Amino acid sequence: MTLLQIKDLTQLFSGLCAVSELNLNLDERELVGLIGPNGAGKTTVFNLASGFYQPTHGKIIFQGRNLAGLKPHQVSALGIARTFQNIRLWKEMSVLDNILVAQHFHLGYGLGSLFFRTPRYLKREREIRHKALELLEIFKIDAYAEEKPGNLPYGMQRKVEIVRALSSGPKLLLLDEPAAGLQSADVNELITLIQWVYDQFDLSIWMIEHQMKVVMSLCSRIGVIDFGRLIASGTPTEIQQSPEVIKAYLGDDQL
Amino acid sequence: MFDTLLQNLLNALQWGSFYSLIALGYTLVYGVLRLINFAHGDIVMVGAYIAFFISSLLLGQYGMPAFLPGWAVLALTIPLTMVLTSVVGVTLERVAYRPLRRKGANRLYVVITALMAGLILENGNLLLLGASRKKFPEMIDKVVYKFGSVYVTNLKIGVILTAILSFIVLHFIITKTKVGMAMRAISYDKFAVPLMGIPIDTVIVFTFVLGSSMAGLAGILFALSYPILDPYMGMSIGWKAFIAAVVGGIGDIRGAFAGGFILGIIEIMVVAFFPSSYRDLIAFSILLLILTVKPTGLFGVAQTTKI
Amino acid sequence: MKRFNVPILLVVLLTTLMGLAWFEVIDLYIQTIVLFMGINIITSTSLNLVNGNMGEFSCGHAGFIAVGAYVSSILSVALFTKSRTFGAPLLPPELAAYGFPLVLIIGGLAAALTGLLVALPSFRTRDDYLAIITIAANYIIISAIINIDKIGGARGFMGMKRVIFAMEKCAEIPWMILWVFIFMVLSIIIIRRYMSSTYGKGVEAIRQDEVAAEIMSVNTNRIKLVTFMISSGLAGIAGGLYAHTIGYVNPKSFDLLKSTEALVMVYLGGMGSISGSIIAAVVFTLMLELLRPLQIIKWVAIPLLLIIIMQFRPEGIMGNRELSDIFPRLKKFYKFK
Repeated sequence: MTLLQIKDLTQLFSGLCAVSELNLNLDERELVGLIGPNGAGKTTVFNLASGFYQPTHGKIIFQGRNLAGLKPHQVSALGIARTFQNIRLWKEMSVLDNILVAQHFHLGYGLGSLFFRTPRYLKREREIRHKALELLEIFKIDAYAEEKPGNLPYGMQRKVEIVRALSSGPKLLLLDEPAAGLQSADVNELITLIQWVYDQFDLSIWMIEHQMKVVMSLCSRIGVIDFGRLIASGTPTEIQQSPEVIKAYLGDDQL
Repeated sequence: MFDTLLQNLLNALQWGSFYSLIALGYTLVYGVLRLINFAHGDIVMVGAYIAFFISSLLLGQYGMPAFLPGWAVLALTIPLTMVLTSVVGVTLERVAYRPLRRKGANRLYVVITALMAGLILENGNLLLLGASRKKFPEMIDKVVYKFGSVYVTNLKIGVILTAILSFIVLHFIITKTKVGMAMRAISYDKFAVPLMGIPIDTVIVFTFVLGSSMAGLAGILFALSYPILDPYMGMSIGWKAFIAAVVGGIGDIRGAFAGGFILGIIEIMVVAFFPSSYRDLIAFSILLLILTVKPTGLFGVAQTTKI
Repeated sequence: MKRFNVPILLVVLLTTLMGLAWFEVIDLYIQTIVLFMGINIITSTSLNLVNGNMGEFSCGHAGFIAVGAYVSSILSVALFTKSRTFGAPLLPPELAAYGFPLVLIIGGLAAALTGLLVALPSFRTRDDYLAIITIAANYIIISAIINIDKIGGARGFMGMKRVIFAMEKCAEIPWMILWVFIFMVLSIIIIRRYMSSTYGKGVEAIRQDEVAAEIMSVNTNRIKLVTFMISSGLAGIAGGLYAHTIGYVNPKSFDLLKSTEALVMVYLGGMGSISGSIIAAVVFTLMLELLRPLQIIKWVAIPLLLIIIMQFRPEGIMGNRELSDIFPRLKKFYKFK
């Protein structure tokens, strides 16, 4: 079953073509990678998929639904969650609150029941909190629930951000360079974590990553983009041998 | 009908000149520091008072013999006032704003400090000089030129030309000189600038010098045009000039310049056709409308957020 | 039993205050100061919601206070008293005691609606544009009031003392103390409940990283709107209480200086701290009154004092903490939600 379908996706920034006629499909229960040189337009693709940009041309169809015109919060309610290249946790809120706020789309109570503390409000708040604590426990970070993310080590912040994205129960998880800034020991741990998340949760993962170790050991398929165009896609071994990819990464004249 | 319009337009240009000069100061400081310097309007008032004392002194008040003709007094008063006003502005920056910045306070605390500094200037003035209003001396004789049924005074022409000239000078400084480029660099990235070996504090002081001397100039011109001084004269004109700067697109001096004239024209035109008590109501509604249509202001560029 | 501690404390405080006023232990002047404290607490906590928790910079709070003050004053004068402007009372004056809170709430709703109008354009803008829009709105509101001659224009509007007299026909108690106290507690509860809910935590998320908030499913535009309306609505209620406390309103008393006072209280207390705003409101009101004999010096001394305070505590009295964060033992004593 196709989960995400990207058709002729083009994004122009005042004349600059960041993404150009990109076509990509993502199936349910897939772990896919997106790689490419710096500035190739990878994050732009993610920004488009999470509704932060509106595409100049083309369509993004998620579970049969066109994302055009949807605001990011609506997209996330449909089941696309993401992390960011440079961790964007709410640094002055506790880890638990970070997880809570990410459930905004299904609070299920109105302002009236909020102010009057109706049973419905109390029940929903309890449920949401319970779910958040449960998640923290699964990931063994419940000890830091009341900590501020700013005080946690970098690797831990990455983990919290992934948990925050998972807390909304996404069908598609976008990871934007999850290994950026991690030391090699932490990278191994991250690989285990992502694999574990993929095994435990019923979702697809699409990740941008520069570290080949991460992509090659996790992804079943990899897409490569350069200058906003898809130049190759296939299994990790196919990608490693593709002359197009080698050219894009190392340049023409080196070979 | 056409004559009335032209006459009003001339008045509006004069009135807009004040707003423009003040808005320039707002926008300079905002562009560099992202600080809404709410004391700026009161710096204008201080400028007017400084000009009052200098010119009175030179004209032979306070026991000084008057040995200079009126035009020479004016020619001396303008630069002296600009220098002294910028001293006041820089003092404010050194004493009140910079320490807070150094402590890493939220920038809104600096804004509140600016508001408080403005109150101190207003009420301190009232305390020192008393509630009686000061009459600004006349230094040059008024000459009225008549074109058809349109009247233009030499003062009016002077004010408008000075505003335009100051804008040109300022524009040159910002775009062509080293320190101007440093100012723009800070507004782009204030963390990278010190790493490039640019003395950031010097540039900030220079920004305040520029902004405050513009305020001083506005103070003199305002006092020449409306020769009654009182301590609260800068308050409302300052708030309004700030709004003008934003409508023009804050952080861009072309925007401030244009915004000032736009506000001036709107205000004068409203008063020309409606009861004067409607001035604020209509003028600000129009400004809000402009901002609704063009949220970044006329010259402002939308910033893009990077993820 | 700790959940009853705070309500009991509040009831004791209220009855003491009303008793003191009833037996004339504290004279009208002191009563007025106490009332101002209560009103200022509403003003500062409500502005804190936007400027502290949400991190926007709203500068025209007095505009919303003015809307609330005028709407509720006009309503209460027209409904419960005989006035030159509106003629005979529309309702029997005996109803004043029951109708007054309703009138106040309507004033608050009117202010919230004004807040909606002001906030709408501000969503397409960023950063300090809200400052401008609220300053302009403040000017527009004042200017509009001045131009409506029916409600007194620049001269102001009066007759609210008679509303109080009408209430006193019902029972002779210090009504204003009761109302100010009730609405002060109510608005603190509203803000507190809002900010401690998951919904309200979205406000904090917006301040800390708006982009992340929007992408993590927070409907940022709606939250901003709701928050701004709550803030301006409560300001409107503060306005209604203010108008009925002093018995007349004048457009000039809601100018930017009044907005500045509200700003000062918020930043003096500490951005985002409810207890900070409360403490700052009390301190600031006392400061204004204690320094009154200094006359004009007061208006130099207070700003100077504030500048000095900010130099030593550049995060306000409380920072972003609450009293219970500083004195954890308080948590044992109260459970206030």
